[in-house]
Amino acid sequence: MSAWLPLLVLASSLLPGLIIFFLKEEQSRTRIFLNIAGAVVKLGLVGLMVWGVYHGQTYEARLPLLPGLELALQADALALLFVVLSSLLWLVTTVYAIGYLENSPYRSRFFGFFSLCVTATVGVALSDNLITFLLFYELLTLSTYPLIVHRGTDTARKAARVYLVYTLVGGALLLLGTVWLYTLADTLSFTPRGILSGLDAQYHGALAVIFVLLIAGFGVKAAIIPLHGWLPRAMVAPAPVSALLHAVAVVKAGAFGIVRVVHDVYGVEFASSLGLLMPLALLAAATIIYGSVRAVYQDDLKRRLAYSTISQVSYIVLGTAIAGPIAAIGGIIHLVHQGLMKITLFFCAGNLAETLGVHKISEMDGIGRRMPWTMAAFTLGAFGMIGVPPLAGFISKWYLGVGALEAGQGWVIWVLIGSSLLNAAYFLPILYAAWFKEPASAWPDEHVFSGKETAWALLLPPVITALLSLAVGLLANATFSPLQWAVFIASLEFMP
Amino acid sequence: MSNELNTMPWIVWVILIPLIGAMLCFMWPRRGKLLGMITTLITGFTAFMLYLQLLDHGVIRYALGGWGAPLGIDLYADGLSVLMLLMTALVGLGVSLYGVGYFKQDGENPAGFWPLWLLMWAGLNGLFLAGDVFNLYVTLELLGLSAVALVALAGSKEALSAAMRYLLVSLLGSLCYLLGVVLLYHAYGTVDIQLLGALVNSNPATYGALGLMVTAMMLKSALFPLHFWLPPAHASAPAPISALLSALVVKASFYLLLRLWFDVFPAVTTVDIGLVLGTLGAAAILWGSIQALRQTRLKLLVAYSTVAQLGYLFLPFALLSPIAWQGGVYLMLSHALAKAAMFMAAGNILKYGGHDRIADLDRVAQRLPITMTAFCLAGVSLMGLPPSGGFIAKWLLLEAALTHNQWVWAAVMIIGGLLAAGYVFKVVGYAFTKADSPHDARPVPLTMEWAALGLAAGAIILGLNAHYPLALLDIGKPFAGMSP
Repeated sequence: MSAWLPLLVLASSLLPGLIIFFLKEEQSRTRIFLNIAGAVVKLGLVGLMVWGVYHGQTYEARLPLLPGLELALQADALALLFVVLSSLLWLVTTVYAIGYLENSPYRSRFFGFFSLCVTATVGVALSDNLITFLLFYELLTLSTYPLIVHRGTDTARKAARVYLVYTLVGGALLLLGTVWLYTLADTLSFTPRGILSGLDAQYHGALAVIFVLLIAGFGVKAAIIPLHGWLPRAMVAPAPVSALLHAVAVVKAGAFGIVRVVHDVYGVEFASSLGLLMPLALLAAATIIYGSVRAVYQDDLKRRLAYSTISQVSYIVLGTAIAGPIAAIGGIIHLVHQGLMKITLFFCAGNLAETLGVHKISEMDGIGRRMPWTMAAFTLGAFGMIGVPPLAGFISKWYLGVGALEAGQGWVIWVLIGSSLLNAAYFLPILYAAWFKEPASAWPDEHVFSGKETAWALLLPPVITALLSLAVGLLANATFSPLQWAVFIASLEFMP
Repeated sequence: MSNELNTMPWIVWVILIPLIGAMLCFMWPRRGKLLGMITTLITGFTAFMLYLQLLDHGVIRYALGGWGAPLGIDLYADGLSVLMLLMTALVGLGVSLYGVGYFKQDGENPAGFWPLWLLMWAGLNGLFLAGDVFNLYVTLELLGLSAVALVALAGSKEALSAAMRYLLVSLLGSLCYLLGVVLLYHAYGTVDIQLLGALVNSNPATYGALGLMVTAMMLKSALFPLHFWLPPAHASAPAPISALLSALVVKASFYLLLRLWFDVFPAVTTVDIGLVLGTLGAAAILWGSIQALRQTRLKLLVAYSTVAQLGYLFLPFALLSPIAWQGGVYLMLSHALAKAAMFMAAGNILKYGGHDRIADLDRVAQRLPITMTAFCLAGVSLMGLPPSGGFIAKWLLLEAALTHNQWVWAAVMIIGGLLAAGYVFKVVGYAFTKADSPHDARPVPLTMEWAALGLAAGAIILGLNAHYPLALLDIGKPFAGMSP
């Protein structure tokens, strides 16, 4: 069982995905069944895996690739955190996507690649070494391309092309760094506190360059400036794709990669002794501020959210780069928190567009009265992003701030304050307009759903994720909360 | 495996069967499809049996008719040659299946295809197993002539002029090679590869032969700047033939070059010659990729991509490490599968829409999903993204380059991969969008779609476990005589 479980977790989305490719467009019921069944089974298997790990089981699956190199999957604490997050959010997003894409063309292709995309994400989470990571990371690039180009318009094609240029160049840098690392270290396995500290000092220069290559490779997907240009453009994709891209799959894979490299390839201590973490922290801080500032000036709701993502994902990088245990907890936990909050916001934006044809913030006056549930969920997500206690975002910022002080990096506090103010500056006007302004006489393109504000499949997912983001904040001290799990992960890296 | 099967001279059958099949197809052209398919399967089977024999016995040397070298004809099989045989069998199976669908339709000339293709297969297998440089010449001629005839099969004006050019190049190459053989024979009195390898020393005749033979193989393998004949020939041939030419024929002359380099001339090859070949390879990667990016026609794009990919094969000459050679051979394998699949996919698109203008592909992704999947999977391998045979190859080549801090080569490979992504996704992008001028759509037989997908999937599967193919390369140690 211990080798099969990680493979089954992958197969639970891969197989339905492959079958879906061959379904006819009208076989809607079969497709929905496969999608939901795959998502539920995956969640169940992941639950089983968490239960097993809690009882001391270890899970790993290995396949020889080259002499000395293996494709390897395992379930360590960090992997589990990401895998639980992505399989949970996949289930929710699948429900949402089914509702969102009802009656639109080419659904078989869409859901096929959608499943591949999640398979790749889960593979990224479970990778036990850098080459396996690289494999799934590139698979993720390739499987998201058709999702972005899905609408088949020229804008979509161009946006997808920009996405590819960024991510493939990033992937190439990553490949170069990985091979180089392998020629120096002879291993690529992820190990807490790193695999490189034993290396001779003459290689330290090379290791610094490799670090830059790897971070650049991951930084493209994590949208660190100046590698973020693809993200706002990729907004042409359908809303479920944006939700997935921003909250779970693509940007998260990048951020997760950075955590892996710092924690499990270089080791925090070794990386900071090479002087690599301070520049990374500064870059992350700059990204946080830059993304927030740009977000303030967007009128298109999805674009504003996109810039907000650029800013928020860098919290994860910042927490990792501060090089202290408490800040690391803040970074790791933000992987989960940002996912929950941002997916809520994107679901809501999709609902507004789908139900009322509202795409711009200037069209949102009084929208809270027309769609109270959607906007309530949006409000929770937005308050979370600003960092209002007791929501998820507050916990992240708290740990980041305390961690920075503990590590003697007081300047981070100013970044956090500045970013929170900016968060408020771009979210509060939306909330004010939505709840307190008078609605316009007619919505741009209204669809009426008898007696409800929108379809169930569109309404439930954001409400659920909003409540979750409230719950992980309120119950942060419960035994099974993500926070406690993050504390455990950080202890592996920092406890002797 | 029973004793009977184990001791059969499969090394002979694997050449004879396609030869016999070719003759049968020639005599009964109406039964060509059936006979061709049967021959394909039996040839594949014999290649597999030879593989098993090799695993049991190690290197096989077989004297035809009992006359050994230097008098008779020797056949020789080591891990590399059997790998080439298996690759040919796999691509051959795909091409034969594809051919069954392709030559069913009007306007195509099926009578010519089967005998010529099987003749070419016999030539390929003979070349991979030849134990002396003169037989290499004979098989090379056989291969070249059947290839030219196949290109001319399309019958169009471009095809005929491309075939003519191809014929001249091919003859020029063979002639140079033959002169080299003559020089060697004159100097050392033998044409047997093993004997020559022991005798060759540095004297003018040897250098003359080396220069002539290496140039000939550069020309035949379309190494930049001698690639000019390849794109028109490969692009204007009928799709299954383009697949054969790009996947197998150019690889055969590269294989011949390897044999010469490691078995005949190890005493006289120098680092500098290797460096020249490697540099030309690097230039081919960049030039071929840029040309591919600039093409507006799908088949020409795929053909230029071959020019670029062939460049990678020459990098190991400069990288000078066993890992690099493993990478080179692996690239040869995965490129054979991927490029055959890609030409087939291009052929399907051409059949379907009646044209191959990239900008007017008009939603092919939606309308020919299997073909497009094949194209994309093949593209993944060409770009060198994981998981694919192309990735393994690129990994090994990069590892070789970085271990010795050879940055320029690493940079060329990385840039080459990105350019490949550029031209592959140029096609993929237009396949999703609607074109201004609507297609007239003609049905594409399912066998053609699945043959392409099968080969493309093969290129991906090669990326999952590289142990077996690489272990095969240890039998006979074809790269043992490596220069320092």
